[in-house]
Amino acid sequence: MNIVLTIDFGSTNTKVTAIDLDSLSIIARSVAYTTVETDVRDGLLIAQKDIASQCGIKTFDSQVACSSAYGGLKMISCGLVPDLTVKAGKMAASSAGAKVLKSFSYELSKTEQKEMENIKPDIILLCGGIDGGNKDVILHNAKMIAEIPHHLYVIVAVNKTVSDKVCNILTESGKISELCENVLPEFGKLNISPVKEAIREMFIKRIIEAKGLNEAQKVMSSPITPTPLAVFEASELLSRGFESENGFNDLLLYDVGGATTDVYSMCEGEPQSLVMLKGLKEPYAKRTVEGDIGVRYSLNFLMENIDFAKATPPEGVDMSLLNDWVYRCRKDTSTLPQTEIEKKCDMFLAHEAIKISIGRHVGTIEEAYSPMGKVYIQTGKDLSNVECIIGSGGSVINSINPKYVLSSSVVANGEEGLLKPKRDKINFMLDKENIMAACGLISRIDKLAAIKIMKKYLVKL
Amino acid sequence: MSDKQLTLILGVIGADVHAVGNKILDYAFTQAGFKVINLGVMVSQKEFVEAAIEANANAIVVSSLYGHGEIDCPGLREKCDEAGLKNIKLYVGGNLVVGKTDFSEVQDRFKKMGFDRVYPQGTSPETAIESIKKDFN
Repeated sequence: MNIVLTIDFGSTNTKVTAIDLDSLSIIARSVAYTTVETDVRDGLLIAQKDIASQCGIKTFDSQVACSSAYGGLKMISCGLVPDLTVKAGKMAASSAGAKVLKSFSYELSKTEQKEMENIKPDIILLCGGIDGGNKDVILHNAKMIAEIPHHLYVIVAVNKTVSDKVCNILTESGKISELCENVLPEFGKLNISPVKEAIREMFIKRIIEAKGLNEAQKVMSSPITPTPLAVFEASELLSRGFESENGFNDLLLYDVGGATTDVYSMCEGEPQSLVMLKGLKEPYAKRTVEGDIGVRYSLNFLMENIDFAKATPPEGVDMSLLNDWVYRCRKDTSTLPQTEIEKKCDMFLAHEAIKISIGRHVGTIEEAYSPMGKVYIQTGKDLSNVECIIGSGGSVINSINPKYVLSSSVVANGEEGLLKPKRDKINFMLDKENIMAACGLISRIDKLAAIKIMKKYLVKL
Repeated sequence: MSDKQLTLILGVIGADVHAVGNKILDYAFTQAGFKVINLGVMVSQKEFVEAAIEANANAIVVSSLYGHGEIDCPGLREKCDEAGLKNIKLYVGGNLVVGKTDFSEVQDRFKKMGFDRVYPQGTSPETAIESIKKDFN
């Protein structure tokens, strides 16, 4: 036996799963309240004791953890042109498992500087200028960030001709800066990996301690990572495969939560023939986070975003019943559906959360007319050939009809401008055991076991 | 003159997919020592300006090939001004207007739009390269 204890320090609950890497099986699981007020190890200990009582195992070959406690990894991204370095920075931060609370473009104003100060992000990502490009705006922004009175961590991924100067400006004002390669070194060439790595390093070196997780870190076999990064890595592994294990190739994965909906797409998404790509080519592995789309904490924003003129709630659910359910959930975010109608309401909300989130994640296609006739222009990723769609997160997993919830991924009438999946035969799957984050953690120790476990526990719908 | 490499933004403006000339220009300008950021075809004014900002470009070289230059090109200089690209040079060339019009008239119209140089159809890359180098000397 080779038992790994995977730990997910959530904002509310600490979820613990004991997995045997030899038999590729879940041995036991437990949940305890995340003790953020005192020491997260207290909640962990309770969960570990419960595991021991279930299966008799008290010590583990390894312990690995991820965390979204204390609000997860909160970032601000600051760049130059919105569709260029600002977008590049946002993508890099999202792929590192962060939640980008706000993006800023062009020269920072005093108002924006104050906004940054009030947001109090864990990390600021500063971007701007291709290598050899704009310097003035970047230097201005560095000075504005340097003036912010409190302590800050800044990752510098700017035009390399000013990167040293930028770091000096920040260091001289007491900020901690980490230099990495430009996120957009050349026009059209996204360079996300170094930024992602820098964010990860900073999370390990600084943020874990800042979040009070350093004592917990001491008993882990590898560095604690942000939970979405664990899910990201699991999804990418599942898509690409490893050694003898084939991957699922192009796939889409959703994690619908109480506060946010995360979308992960794993595919090239390149334009089909006769279609031109405009703007940045997005990476194979892409994550977006919709911070206003969730089924409890951000339910009011979700409701505002639903197009009720087009939406068709399930049979038996009318607006007054839905509004009543929404009111109750907002009042008490721990509300769970009991009756058939309540379950249908929740199912509908998750369905709409996915619809909105995928609409924001996928690329778009539009027609244009040229002297040569009709041409097509694509921006972003083309997911129309994706055949594998996976649902995760409590509201999907516990839904009475997860397939219905995931079905809003598929392009519908009136959505032809969105490059959503449109295949006739889609393989809908469910992360029934809520295993993705755990497998992301395991993949750091044993990639082969991680992918085999995912294939074993993901359920076809 | 500074030995610093000049950065040019290159592209075919508007609803035009002619790509060959664009690639020839890219090659010629690169060989001549310019740093070329080639936006390709069907480029909007917004894309030209945004690339120029990120790249801190010295000049924007617009190809307009299908005769609709007078629809596609106005406003580019204003956008550059708005974007803070005060000293950027704007060059335009190609088949700029439909029908047979005296070139000096065409040149006048495009210079009024804010272009620094206007090249008639059939201009060789070498001619353009020489004149651009002269402008920055």
